[in-house]
Amino acid sequence: MTPRPGFVLEVDGSTPPTLFWKGEGFTLERLPEGSRVIYAPEPLDALKDPVGAIRHALEHPLGDSAPLSALLRPGMKLTICFDDVSLPLPPMEAPDARQMVIEEVLDAAATAGVDDVVLIAALALHRRMTEPELRHALGDRVYEAFAPHGLLTQHDAEDPENLVHLGKTSEGEDVEINKRAATSDLLVYVNISLVAMDGGHKSVATGLASYKSLRHHHNPTTMRHSKSFMDAPSSALHTSNWRMGRLIADSGVKVFQIETTLNTDTFPSQFAFLQRREWEWTLRDRATYTATAAALDATPGRLARQIFHSIKAPHALTSVQAGEVEAVHEQSLVSVWRQQGVVVEGQSDIVTMGLPYICPYNVNSIMNPILVACLGLGYFFNLYRGKPLVREGGVLIMQHPTKPDFDPAFHPSYIDFYEQVLTETTDPTEMHKLYEESFATDPWYIHLYRTGHAYHGVHPFYMWYWCAHALEHLGRVIVLGGDPKAVRRMGFSPASTMADALEMAKDVVGPSPTLTHLHAPPIMLADVQ
Amino acid sequence: MKALLFERSLPRFAASRIASGLGSGRGARVAPLRLVDADAPDLPGAGWHRVAPLLSGICGSDLATLDGRSSRYFEPLVSFPFVPGHEVVGTVEVPLTSADGTGLTPGARVVVQPVLGCRARGIEPMCSSCAAGHTGDCEHVAFGHLSPGIQTGFCADTGGGWSTAGLVAHESQLYAVPDILSDADAVTVEPMACALHAVLAAPLREDRVVAVLGAGTLGLATVAALSHLAAQGLLPVPAALLVGARYAKQQTLATELGASAALSPDQLPRAVRRHSRSMATGSVSSGAVSSGRLTGGADVVFDCVGSAESIGQSLAMVRPRGTVVLVGMPGRVTVDLASLWHREVRLVGAYAYGTETVHERERSTFDLAIDTVTAMRTGRLVSATYPLNRFEEAVAHAGAAGRRGAVKIAFDLRATTKGGRR
Repeated sequence: MTPRPGFVLEVDGSTPPTLFWKGEGFTLERLPEGSRVIYAPEPLDALKDPVGAIRHALEHPLGDSAPLSALLRPGMKLTICFDDVSLPLPPMEAPDARQMVIEEVLDAAATAGVDDVVLIAALALHRRMTEPELRHALGDRVYEAFAPHGLLTQHDAEDPENLVHLGKTSEGEDVEINKRAATSDLLVYVNISLVAMDGGHKSVATGLASYKSLRHHHNPTTMRHSKSFMDAPSSALHTSNWRMGRLIADSGVKVFQIETTLNTDTFPSQFAFLQRREWEWTLRDRATYTATAAALDATPGRLARQIFHSIKAPHALTSVQAGEVEAVHEQSLVSVWRQQGVVVEGQSDIVTMGLPYICPYNVNSIMNPILVACLGLGYFFNLYRGKPLVREGGVLIMQHPTKPDFDPAFHPSYIDFYEQVLTETTDPTEMHKLYEESFATDPWYIHLYRTGHAYHGVHPFYMWYWCAHALEHLGRVIVLGGDPKAVRRMGFSPASTMADALEMAKDVVGPSPTLTHLHAPPIMLADVQ
Repeated sequence: MKALLFERSLPRFAASRIASGLGSGRGARVAPLRLVDADAPDLPGAGWHRVAPLLSGICGSDLATLDGRSSRYFEPLVSFPFVPGHEVVGTVEVPLTSADGTGLTPGARVVVQPVLGCRARGIEPMCSSCAAGHTGDCEHVAFGHLSPGIQTGFCADTGGGWSTAGLVAHESQLYAVPDILSDADAVTVEPMACALHAVLAAPLREDRVVAVLGAGTLGLATVAALSHLAAQGLLPVPAALLVGARYAKQQTLATELGASAALSPDQLPRAVRRHSRSMATGSVSSGAVSSGRLTGGADVVFDCVGSAESIGQSLAMVRPRGTVVLVGMPGRVTVDLASLWHREVRLVGAYAYGTETVHERERSTFDLAIDTVTAMRTGRLVSATYPLNRFEEAVAHAGAAGRRGAVKIAFDLRATTKGGRR
């Protein structure tokens, strides 16, 4: 049966309550009649022969690129870089897309007699992956073949010995990336395009860059002018990355880009109700929801987190394309939009969303308040093309417990950002001027980033900048069910019930507001017309 | 006339100590403190005068006494029964010349510098400390023609501020209050003098990190003193003045008084680490700071709490060869001093006041305190006042001041004393 496209439901008297995520749990909320609920398209069919599709892509490249086999030769220096643990979400069931692709690339390299091969996790300023995470992404076979010999590395944006400055773009942006990758005869980049923002020149220009380079596009000005991150032509972030990517290519760095796209099959069968439309829930779905929601409410937070972070998504490959970066990415975007695009007519006064337990930066960790803000205002708000789902001056209501809990190993600078920066200012521009550099150059954060599993010291700033467009656009942000102190610390308004939240929203948008609910995950991209 | 009288009663000491386990200030109901009819104390000798209190503060050391938590060290240095109250603004009854040389007319407002040193005690020759102007270090506080007592408010002969009957003070203890100051401002002069003495004794250096742990009256006065003296060019300007304040109101006041940042005490080590660009040892895998120690740290930490926990935390935040100044009154504490030994940290006490040398000029601490209070208007720290007959409520409020959004609690005696300025 052909998967059904996305759907915009208008709530009426017979519409059952709508599922809202709230971190490690969920609730059902009854939305006002006339509200709209946007549902993601159903998962596209998986590629029947993913390995065959990968091989085909490698040998039939897009754009101005020779087949991979023609680019490989004995004695060459080959570097394979891959997206890190932030993709996909939730982590996919084995085999991971990266494993499937890299195994084929390595087979091709072995066939061609290439001996000098290094794998690099393209972390940018993210935390280093743990061994289990690397094994999951690459498979045990690849891990065992490379890691013990020091040939599986993780990009270190603070290692001056392994960075190379390739020049400045026409806009004066420094392009400084991983030296091993830049000085290889061939750089193969293995990507997972979970959303339209991923991939393209952003893979290398961001994933392998230094702070000196990243700061040119990860700043409040660029973020405010990225409308949205999911629409590259309208995204200053992408425009900057494209300038950098072209400079990288012009510098003689030969990039062979391999991009994969996934379907929206997000949750395993025991959580199937999470990606079904409520009026289609079976008796079993209702029973599962009731039992699961009740059990989660009674489960200690740490245990609930462990349960959710053990979820592996049954994501399946929907496409794979390889070759020249821009040509490849163009094709990836077609696949992503085919899977995730939903046409929506017009904006609303209010947009509601339930935020789940995971975002790109808390895999196997805690979703702290800054990441809650980033997921809601940075990611979900930006899941649009054309215009935001909520009108300018409108209200965003997002549900999440927003507890002021932090993972000190993964997010040490987040703690200080929360306690020492957000207490002084929530304005992205002001914090950029006053605090960013001291966090970015803090020797302890750098030490923890390089030797532990900590996000870089500047990372919480980037998360906040990620919210800059939404913060400028919205009249109010209401966090439903959030810890009041934490919510207020971030400049948002807490509400304990949906009814309260809607009343508060009416103070901003008027007495008869229009409302749209973004029923994610699964992820969708709203094409707002 | 009424006064609150504190008597020697071992059973009541014990009871108040037990009661204070429920919270500071809770011991007042069972402590050997009672409201009594009282007359003004006799004048002990020449140069002594009566002072009618307007406001008299409740200090941390008063609370420790009422809670039965004071160190036994002080036992021979006080005399019973006494009327507490050493933070006093009041009026004089007769013309006199104050310690700062001001001619005072009857009804003029004064603050009392409460240390009962050699001069007040009529001891000649004075001890070397008093001779050098370091009155707080007087070696004769248990001698002379007065009963033992380190300060007014702890001496059986002088009375104290918690009284409508008044107290007696030597003219060397009296400082004129400028008209611009309210009574609330004036009652903070004494704690401000303590803070100034601590600040001026510390080896502060330009562009270094300074931490203040605790944001009760002493902590906030320390912040105000540091800010004011730095702004006047009388002290080096710190790179950051970081304050550990448990409660929101304290954090707000600390920031208003000049702190670079005011955070909960458990976050203070993280802020010190960040501002001093230090690493944290013993926590690389956890990213936590409080469990480890800093490689560097603050140049000077002012511990305005004085507990075992605060001293331990101060030692964990100070840089090698740095200084921890104990501003808050400690008692018997158990502290791991390994880091003090290993990092060659100086742990110094700062008690009371006397004479300070600022830019090679000698000034009495109280003079400087009056200037600082005038500039910083620390009357804002006085959160509530009570009449004497509600002393149990007042003490309970003072004991829970931070939690109740308050800082300084004082007795208001103006119903019986004329001449106050609100």
